[in-house]
Amino acid sequence: MFLETVAHEGATFFHLAPLAVFVPLLGVLLNAFFGRRWGERGVAIVAVGASGFAFVIAVLQALSLMAHPEGAVVPIAEWITIGDLRVAWAQKIDTLSVTMMLVVSGVGTLIHIYAVSYMHYDVRYKGDPGRYARFFVYFNLFIAMMMILVTGDSYLTLFVGWEGVGLCSFLLIGFWYEMDILGRPSTANARAAMKAFVVNRVGDAGFLLAMFLTFWFFGSLQFDEVFPRVHEVAAEHPWVLLAISLLLLLGVTGKSAQIPLFVWLPDAMAGPTPVSALIHAATMVTAGVYLITRSHEIYAAAPMAQEIAAMVGGLTALVAASMAVSQYDIKKVLAYSTISQLGFMVAAVGMGAFVAGMFHLVTHAFFKALLFLGSGSVIIALERAHHPLPEEGGHGHEHDEHGHHAEHHDEHEPFNPQDMRVMGGLLKRIPVTAWTYIIAALALAGIPPLAGFWSKDEILLEAKHLQPVVYALLSAAAFLTAFYITRQVLMVFFGKPRSEAAAHAVESPRLMTGVLVTLAVLSAVGGFMNAPGVHAFGHWLEHTLGHVPVLEFDPVVAGVSTLIGLVAIFLAWRVYRATFAWTEWSQDPLRRYLRGLYDVLAHAWYWDELYQVVFVRGYRALAGFLAFAVDWTFWHDWFHDVLIAGGYRRLSRFLSQPVDLGIIDGIANGLGNSVRGLALVMRRLQSGYVRNYALAVMLGVVSMLVYVAWALR
Amino acid sequence: MTVPVTWQDVAALLPEFFLVVWASALLLLDVFWIREKRTTAWLSALGFVVALVLAVGQMGRAPLLAFRGMVIADAFSVFLVALFALSGLVGILLAQDYLARNGIERGEFYVLLMFSVVGMMLMARVADLVMIFLALELFSLPLYVMTGFARPRADSEEAALKYFLLGAFASGFMAFGIALVYGATSTTSLPHMVDVIQAGEADLALLTAGAALVLTGLGFKIATVPFHMWTPDVYHGAPSPVSGFMAATAKMAGFAALLRLFVLVFPVVADLTPVLWALAALSMVLGNVAAIAQRNIKRLLAYSSIAHAGYMLSAAVAFADPHLGPQAVAAILFYLVAYVLATFGAWGVVILLERRIGQEGLLLEDYAGLSRQYPGLAAAMAVFMLSFIGVPPTLGFFGKFYLFRVVLDAGFVGLALIGVLTSLVSAYYYLRVVMLMYMKPGEPIVRREPRVQATVLAAAALTLFLGLTAASSLYAWATEAILRFG
Amino acid sequence: MNGTQWAFLGVYFLLALIFPALPIVIAHFLGPRRPNPIKDDVYECGLKTYGSPWVPIKVQYYLFALVFLIFDVELVFLYPWAVAYDMLPMFAVFEGILFILMLGAALVYAWKREALDWYEPTMPEFRS
Repeated sequence: MFLETVAHEGATFFHLAPLAVFVPLLGVLLNAFFGRRWGERGVAIVAVGASGFAFVIAVLQALSLMAHPEGAVVPIAEWITIGDLRVAWAQKIDTLSVTMMLVVSGVGTLIHIYAVSYMHYDVRYKGDPGRYARFFVYFNLFIAMMMILVTGDSYLTLFVGWEGVGLCSFLLIGFWYEMDILGRPSTANARAAMKAFVVNRVGDAGFLLAMFLTFWFFGSLQFDEVFPRVHEVAAEHPWVLLAISLLLLLGVTGKSAQIPLFVWLPDAMAGPTPVSALIHAATMVTAGVYLITRSHEIYAAAPMAQEIAAMVGGLTALVAASMAVSQYDIKKVLAYSTISQLGFMVAAVGMGAFVAGMFHLVTHAFFKALLFLGSGSVIIALERAHHPLPEEGGHGHEHDEHGHHAEHHDEHEPFNPQDMRVMGGLLKRIPVTAWTYIIAALALAGIPPLAGFWSKDEILLEAKHLQPVVYALLSAAAFLTAFYITRQVLMVFFGKPRSEAAAHAVESPRLMTGVLVTLAVLSAVGGFMNAPGVHAFGHWLEHTLGHVPVLEFDPVVAGVSTLIGLVAIFLAWRVYRATFAWTEWSQDPLRRYLRGLYDVLAHAWYWDELYQVVFVRGYRALAGFLAFAVDWTFWHDWFHDVLIAGGYRRLSRFLSQPVDLGIIDGIANGLGNSVRGLALVMRRLQSGYVRNYALAVMLGVVSMLVYVAWALR
Repeated sequence: MTVPVTWQDVAALLPEFFLVVWASALLLLDVFWIREKRTTAWLSALGFVVALVLAVGQMGRAPLLAFRGMVIADAFSVFLVALFALSGLVGILLAQDYLARNGIERGEFYVLLMFSVVGMMLMARVADLVMIFLALELFSLPLYVMTGFARPRADSEEAALKYFLLGAFASGFMAFGIALVYGATSTTSLPHMVDVIQAGEADLALLTAGAALVLTGLGFKIATVPFHMWTPDVYHGAPSPVSGFMAATAKMAGFAALLRLFVLVFPVVADLTPVLWALAALSMVLGNVAAIAQRNIKRLLAYSSIAHAGYMLSAAVAFADPHLGPQAVAAILFYLVAYVLATFGAWGVVILLERRIGQEGLLLEDYAGLSRQYPGLAAAMAVFMLSFIGVPPTLGFFGKFYLFRVVLDAGFVGLALIGVLTSLVSAYYYLRVVMLMYMKPGEPIVRREPRVQATVLAAAALTLFLGLTAASSLYAWATEAILRFG
Repeated sequence: MNGTQWAFLGVYFLLALIFPALPIVIAHFLGPRRPNPIKDDVYECGLKTYGSPWVPIKVQYYLFALVFLIFDVELVFLYPWAVAYDMLPMFAVFEGILFILMLGAALVYAWKREALDWYEPTMPEFRS
């Protein structure tokens, strides 16, 4: 197949695209079967190699696209053929999918490298070094699934990847399924994984319905066959495209954690930090944004869905940003931040500003991955300071490799290395982590000329023109963004250390800091690829999205957004300046200003509690009804006891009497007698009653006619 | 429109005409002048002989549609008419002594038997749907009466009533089937129907449903599962000669119409092939297995007749194949001859051993020791049983051979396998009779009734002789008796 | 094979069921019901019944009925034959005569068999 493709494509590398899926899968297989035997080094080489190979493939695709911007469809296999439904698994290589491939494999590889070191510590602190290989099996599987998702040439293939990454997300959130972040026995992580899965299922139901509708009205799920007919179908059935786009949006709110289905993402921070960086910040959660961009023709034909999507995105951006303001968990802040930033992207692609949305997707992948990896570095730094591993010689703590480390530190309040209240002053202890973190934070806050500024500015510019309400929402969100990230930076890196561990924090190994620096460079300069006057990224995507009008750089919008960021940073500094002298955390200074609202924000607006009451309890009541009334009374008592058990009893009586005595004994007595037993049974049928005989005739006639009707149907 | 009816039409139906006139006359003669019932018997036997001669006289003639296309005299029908005339003769020979000794001899019996035979002959002659129904009723109604001929006896009356009720039930399906077929083809004339079907103007769905219902009516007469349930009760309750006569001739009549309809007219409803397959398989399995449990020889023979209906039907499964159709007809005709001979013979033995009507001498144990005292009779019975099983060189062996050959040619290997296996099963109960006769001591009481004995011995001799010498020529003759419409 | 034809058959069966059932059902719902003993009485001409109707009926009734039926049907068959008599070919005339003769023979037979004579019951009378 490859040879054929090569012959057709000439000098391009499109035919290599399937390797982006299969090499990570190979990594999965190798690590799954041999991981334990090869040890951490072998696992790391295989996993990083597989991911890096995928990145190389992605780069080759990009190079090929530069020569042949029209892209290609690379067939892999016939998959499903049922009646009219013919689904071939093929890869659609165009500028959009290759952008995603580059982000996924590029950032993915960096995070793989980081995780090699991070997980080395993590599995030891959690007390199960054997799980190291398993982590990279899942991680490579995620890369493979993400590649399937972004390169799929039909909704169905995309959905396979969509579900595949969902599965990986589930597996990795629950990676430490039997313990909490402190290593104490707990099912919290497993529940978080379950929550992510279940909430996503709601969104997936929408996605599935959208696919059903698409197949019903378009007769196909192939992008190439659906999109050209959008106008035709839109003219015939105006509501169909609205329904499809809204159902797709439901899927997006699940995967990309938008209102109302965002609640799973903060809990998903239960996964190891590289997971949060790769899956729950940089790549998987942006799949929704990719889906809308991929379906831009459908959305373009449903303006109402566009407005709704933009509103959903804008609201999510603002609400999530407000929630991030009052978190203490270093990763929770970033989680809400991610939701908020995804809101920016969804709002952008919802409005039709696909280039801006995708641009922000890319830059966000850089700086948010950096923030998460930085936080991971901070966490490991504190862990290592708190109780060094035996291999590091450390403070002489007795350490049991097999036990949970927390059991040896029976302090009243167990030390939580993710709690920002026990940090402070880390700038001096771990400068590389701190400075890269600050660069990422400024990028997030939208301070020029960092990457986040350009992409956010483009979104705001588009919003100002397309939907002023969303512009307002996003501007408010931008203010809060700058505020909460400044608060975090101040709490973590400035002031005095507020714990023993913070005072003795150790900088992470080179492997990790190297990744941090790389990402910091990308976060700093990544924005220039679509900066005003350059627009390389826009022109790149134009090959897929069609001509995109470029809005003129508006100094007012840029100035206002920069000003908003600076003011927020200043305010945050004003509020948290007081904490610089603290050696122990007391009440959050912000609480003085916000009072009750602070708790509301800290509890994420009681969103989870609302769902708990409305859905979970309602569901439980319904389930209770079903369990008792339907299952127990009807199904168990009546159906099982009366129908099945009773029928069985009767049958067994029948079997024991005529059949057992007549037939089974007959067989025991030899073949001749067994036939004789059967004959005796048949003699019973010969009752002598005319009505029975007539019934036999009737049954014969009826079965004949039924057969005839069936044969001629 | 009106085609004048001429004497040629009468000539085509000469045996039937003669028998009707003869029977009507005999009815009045019997009432007014004949004192000895035996005379009526002899006269009716004479009538059958004449009819047989007339039928043989029709042989070799060109096929002839008569009475405006209601009936046909072709080689097939002539073959069967001759066989029916012979069967009528045998029926009277078997019945007369039996009726006399049981005090139920009435002249009407012979007349009814003659009318019944006329009906059966017409079944072989049908060229019109209406005619099928008429002929069916004509041969069935006298049979109902004859079944109840041992009138004061409750089991005989019960049998008659059962037979009548269920027969009417089945006739109802048949009539409905005929109506559907008519609805599908807009004609009742079979030759015309063939044209309509070939022209593709027939409504296939209706036709198939109609054919299935007609199959029900005919299946009832030839006693195939699941339309067979009356058979044991009726054969058991009816006077033995009537049972024997029914077992032999009613099946012939049913098959005559079934073959004509399905091979000649209905090949288009090939969708019914699995239905026929199932009927044949069920009949073979159920008939043979149920026969094992019987202790009464009449019931045993009843179930055996069901099984044999299944064997014959299995060849008819190939009806839709234009090449195998004629072969199936020949095989079934051949088998019918073998079956009729053995059936008459076996029932003759039953008649000889039945001491008081329906009461003594009917159990299998009553046959113990038969070979000691009546070696000829026992040997004859053994021949019939072996012919039923299909042991060479009896006629039954060749019959089964030709049947299963057709079944195999048609590709129904499973059905042929069922046939062979059930034949093996049937050996169990048939050989039990032989074993009782030859190996168990006993004191069987047998009537000295020369006509019956002669009939039995003749049947045994024919079964053996034809099997040994003339099987292939008989088959050739049956092959010539192909169905034609012109 | 097309299903509509089966549907027609189905509709036909349905109608065959509905047509007799409908009047009964309608009567059941529409008819006012004010029963009294006279209305509830079994309908019968003439005298009021007494005793159980479930007594064996003399089989001779059926014999009469059958003989009557035979000649009743004969009449129906003969009517067109008689009407078209002057247009019939010779053979048809013979056919008709043959038909009459056969039924005549049957009548003679029945007469001779004393099927037309009425016999007083010889078994003890049933009392209710």
